[in-house]
Amino acid sequence: MDIRDAFRRYRPGFERETTRRAKRAAIAGLPAFLILAVTGSMGLALIIATIVFIALYVPAWDSLPLGHWIVTLSVILLAVLYPFYYPNLFELPIFGAFPSVDTGVTMLIYIMMALGLNIVVGYAGLLDLGYVAFYAMGAYTAAWFASQHFSNVTFHLGGVGSFGEKSSVPGIHMTIWLVLVFAGIFTALVGIIIGFPTLRLRGDYLAIVTLGFGEIMPQIANNGDNLLGYNVTNGPQGINPIDPPGFGNTLHNAVGLPSDYLSSPTSTRLFYWTALVLVLFTVFCSMRLRDSRLGRAWIAIREDETAAAAMGVPLMRTKTWAYAAGAFFGGIAGAYYASFKSGTFPGDFYFNISVFILCMVILGGMGNIWGVILGGAFLSYLNQEGLANIGAWMNANGVSDAVFGHDIDVPLYTSGIFGVILVLTMLFRPEGLIPSSRRKAEFREGVSDEPLYDVQH
Amino acid sequence: MADLLTAEGVRKEFGGLIAVNDVDFVIPERSIVSLIGPNGAGKTTFFNMLTGVYKPTAGTIVFDGHNVTGKPPHAITERGIGRTFQNIRLFQNMTALENTLVGMHSRLKGGILQSVLRTPGLRREEEGARKKAHELLEFSGLRGRDDEFARNLAYGDQRRLEVARALATEPKLLLLDEPTAGMNPQETADFTAFVSKLRAEQELTVLLIEHDMRVVMEISERVTVLDYGEKIAEGTPQEVQRDERVIEAYLGTAAVT
Repeated sequence: MDIRDAFRRYRPGFERETTRRAKRAAIAGLPAFLILAVTGSMGLALIIATIVFIALYVPAWDSLPLGHWIVTLSVILLAVLYPFYYPNLFELPIFGAFPSVDTGVTMLIYIMMALGLNIVVGYAGLLDLGYVAFYAMGAYTAAWFASQHFSNVTFHLGGVGSFGEKSSVPGIHMTIWLVLVFAGIFTALVGIIIGFPTLRLRGDYLAIVTLGFGEIMPQIANNGDNLLGYNVTNGPQGINPIDPPGFGNTLHNAVGLPSDYLSSPTSTRLFYWTALVLVLFTVFCSMRLRDSRLGRAWIAIREDETAAAAMGVPLMRTKTWAYAAGAFFGGIAGAYYASFKSGTFPGDFYFNISVFILCMVILGGMGNIWGVILGGAFLSYLNQEGLANIGAWMNANGVSDAVFGHDIDVPLYTSGIFGVILVLTMLFRPEGLIPSSRRKAEFREGVSDEPLYDVQH
Repeated sequence: MADLLTAEGVRKEFGGLIAVNDVDFVIPERSIVSLIGPNGAGKTTFFNMLTGVYKPTAGTIVFDGHNVTGKPPHAITERGIGRTFQNIRLFQNMTALENTLVGMHSRLKGGILQSVLRTPGLRREEEGARKKAHELLEFSGLRGRDDEFARNLAYGDQRRLEVARALATEPKLLLLDEPTAGMNPQETADFTAFVSKLRAEQELTVLLIEHDMRVVMEISERVTVLDYGEKIAEGTPQEVQRDERVIEAYLGTAAVT
């Protein structure tokens, strides 16, 4: 069968789906067009952006052979090239300029954490309100293995940053790549340890216990400057500086890889691309896990624990794996973020971060990788730049004056605004922006999972 | 024939209520055994103890030479007891094929690392599992329904899928909890034939909880009757039918005298 035959075979579905999507795009596009026309931001860049959007969204690529690769690769390409073309992009009305690359790094790290939490909440259906604990664990792992914190030992491993190969610098300095692996593994272990007592519980009880662990972590970080006589976390001052990522002088001289991101003139871009690689790695693992024996067991547990156990799924072990996998990615993200910010402080790990990441998963669509990426990107963008831009626009155009009678500082109300977003999501689209087909049905029709146990295993 | 399952003095108390009172029970290999009794007699509770959902208050359950008393459900399933539920408990938002694949969980090995790397061994295992699941669905009368979500299946098909899923665990003993509840006479007849076919082709032992006496009398070799948690009669269908205590339990004392 040649390609044309194959194409013809897929075509009926292709055309129908394309028409449907074109209609959808038109319905969504019309108000956007009107807003843009009124605000007068109709540049060449906008036209290009529209063409890109239509080319990617409207044709039903996924119904063609190899079609989904076209979209996936295009999106990856757009993301990789972002640092080059973003300064030339048009200004969005209200939201202002597109996010900077620096914001892009933070967004990607939050997306990675959201994807990790998605394994726990979206796949296995275990409500975790203390995910920040894993983020903290990853960040402190980076701090221990790549800073001058343990200054009474001097240990260097691999090519590290600006002073990496000067072995006189005190402290443990390992190459960031090894630190990321360590952080992932350590955090997964912490996940297993936390999971052991907590995963016996169901539903609300589990949520409350995870909430407790999420609260314990920053307390330990805060008071860890004298933990049984050891200074583990350096208390409220936190640990800084943490070594930046880099490949060391040997590789730099041999093949020209950056010896250390900070000394490079394009350091932000390097951070951005590395974060992008980490996100792609997380997406890859998430997809593989979702379609595996373990992924099926997670979904089965989410749907009906009793039936899953009766079909031979060991509940404790399977749930613990979900925790460990979620923690693994949270830990790596935490370690990379610590290296990016070059420091870690107890104040970064409060409850609001857990809720923030959970919001990303819920807004985007629990269990759906693309939804979670969208939710993570949008909320972390709002948090980093979006709300400030909206506030500036409101103040400059007299909206604040008209509504509140004075200028307001919008980012001050971040938590409140996220709360409103969450409430609106639950009211109008409880399955999230891009739901998985399973989850959509669950939210519309409900799942029945009456506990039948008097013993938990 | 050896006994596949032996329960001795099995007892379950919920607070002050004695749901199952010191019941002795054996299931010979390759037989079809029925457990009957009026509503609330403790049949399902007994079932749940066999499958590990409940821990017995007292007594021992020996299955296939191993003491399985109070073992967790997944361990018992691994030993070879598959079950269905009285009120259908499928994974509603998974396809028929996926439901069956979940049933194979304990027979597959793929761990977290192999799954991420998708090693050749894992690929082979998954392919084999899918093929087998497909065959099981066909065997259970669900040809062409592989990719249908469980919730979209007709009631009778959902019952069949529950059996297919239980068969996927590769059981030696299959426990069916009121499998024909809510079925019309035609569906019931089909299902009865299906259970006989199961025993013949899959070399299974079947324990059945059933209210439909026609089904019970037609296919079971032995019948055990529970009432108020106690075993009141045991024997062939004919013996049980004539037993005075059974008639009393079902129809009241007046029917006997």
